[in-house]
Formats: sequence, C-alpha cells, structure tokens
Amino acid sequence: MPHDHHDHDGLSPSGHPYRVDNDAPLSYWQTMEIAIRELMIEKGEITAAQVASQIDAMDARSPANGAQVVARAWTDPDFKAALLKDATKATREMGFDIGPMNLVAVENTKDVHNVIVCTLCSCYPRNLLGLPPDWYKTREYRSRTVKEPRKVLAEFGVVLPDSVTCRVHDSTADMRYIVLPARPDGTDGMSAEALAKLVTRDAMIGTGLPKSREP
Amino acid sequence: MGGDAAGPVPTDQHDFALWEKRVDALMILGSARGHFTVDGLRRALEDMGEQAFEDMTYYERWVAAVNQNLIEAGVYTLEELGAKMATVTARGDTYGAAQDV
Repeated sequence: MPHDHHDHDGLSPSGHPYRVDNDAPLSYWQTMEIAIRELMIEKGEITAAQVASQIDAMDARSPANGAQVVARAWTDPDFKAALLKDATKATREMGFDIGPMNLVAVENTKDVHNVIVCTLCSCYPRNLLGLPPDWYKTREYRSRTVKEPRKVLAEFGVVLPDSVTCRVHDSTADMRYIVLPARPDGTDGMSAEALAKLVTRDAMIGTGLPKSREP
Repeated sequence: MGGDAAGPVPTDQHDFALWEKRVDALMILGSARGHFTVDGLRRALEDMGEQAFEDMTYYERWVAAVNQNLIEAGVYTLEELGAKMATVTARGDTYGAAQDV
C-alpha cells in the first residue's frame, strides 16, 4: 500500500509535508484575505495570475539591487552626482522599477552618518531593497530611532564617535530614503561588481556599515 | 509612536507567509485599480486606534485597511464580504484547506 502513510508524523494524508504557513488554524484575517482576493477576481478587478506575478516580483527584489546602485556610485562620479541630485531618476535610468515614489539618497561621509526609519509604519525603499526586515517595522525601532539614534545604532554594532553627526530620516509614503554608505578603505581598484558584494542591506538603511574587503 | 520610550530593538525575523504576501499584492493591485491611495490606507490604520498596534500583526492591520478602502470604494459590499468569508470558513480549518481549488 504505497499511500499508507498514517504512521508518518508531520505528513499530510497524501504523504507530503505540511507547508508551515498553511497548517495553522485558519485565522479571521487570513479568511478575510481569501475573501477579498476571490471577490476581486469574481468582479473582474484582478486575476489570480496578477496576484501571483506581484508575489514573484516581490520575491525577486532584494538588497542586491540597492547594492548595484551603491557600487556604481562608488565607481562612477557622474552617476553619484546624479544619484544625490535625483535618486528616483538616476535609479530608474539604471533600469530599476522605482514606482511612483520619490527616492532620496543620503550620503555617509567621515563626518555624517545617516539612518532611515519610518515612524508611522514601514515605508522603505522596497523597490531597491525588497521587503523590510521585521525589526524595521517594530515599535522599538520606530519609537527610539528618532529619539536616541546613537543607542539604537550601537545595538546594531554601529558605534558613532561624538565627532560624527547622526542624521535620522523619517520616511513617508511618498518619500523614501536610501543610505549611500561611505566606500570602505582599501578597496581601490575593485570593480563595481566586486564592490557590490560588500554592500549589505543594513548599510543602506544606516544600521550597518559595508563589509571590509576580504583578505 | 515616534519618540515614545521602548525596549531594545527585537531582531527576530520571519519569512513572510503566503497569505501575507497576498495581502501585499492585493494592496498594490487595488491601488493600481485606483480604489485607494496610500493615504486612504494610512487613514484606515490611524482609525484603528493604538490598541490595534498592540494586538494585531502588521499584515493583519494591512488586510483590514485594504478591506475598509475597497468597501468604501464600492468594489464589494459588507454583505458580500460576510457571505464570502462564511463560504471560505466552511471549506476547511487551515489556510491551505480554505482555498477554492
């Protein structure tokens, strides 16, 4: 009896493992999501394929996109100037789908460190970085970053000397920020492609610094 | 919330569940259809009151905000929503089992 799997723990009746997000008891809000989706499909507002392709696009966006932008700014002075002048235009011209939002790039230097937050909710340069990390959306991060940014940064391992100015940028639905981190020392002569590998997600939020060149 | 006292920033991370990604997709698609703007969503979130930010998860608040805006835009009625939710619940008791397949 090939399908007689009753003694296998953790497997569905068909012998497959349950998906983690599908086997918990159905919640009220999950029920609402299913209902909204089906009603919109029935009314011809959207198609199931559109929902799936939005999710594919969402999954395809990652901090690697933002890292390409940063690495190009480190290696191409004209692009860097264009990015700091109008990040929406500069990144769109690189081929990224920036959507309707305004994007502002803020530059870290020896004297200034920038960090981004959304005190209201979760506004984030998702077209360049993907969906925000959970901590970005927590009340702790949102409440404290505007009040005691240096302490918050220290929790992330970024300890700023008193001589460095810390600028906090509060994002809105229409205005998103991305941090242009300072290029690490000892990276002269590296290609943009190699440099991009040093650029972390947190470096572009401001809660981290780019990685050092691997020895 | 900005400026309130709070504890250390939690660093837990979870992979987004399929239903959460679908809420995000419905937000983008509903907005692209012109039924609401981010401001409309924001207003619905503000109307929920502070307690919602304690009791509900991020995408729970978002699905509620999307729903409120779609009803206000006349995409479907509260009655249609109620009937559909009853149908969904009757299909099964997990998210996977409650899909119309």
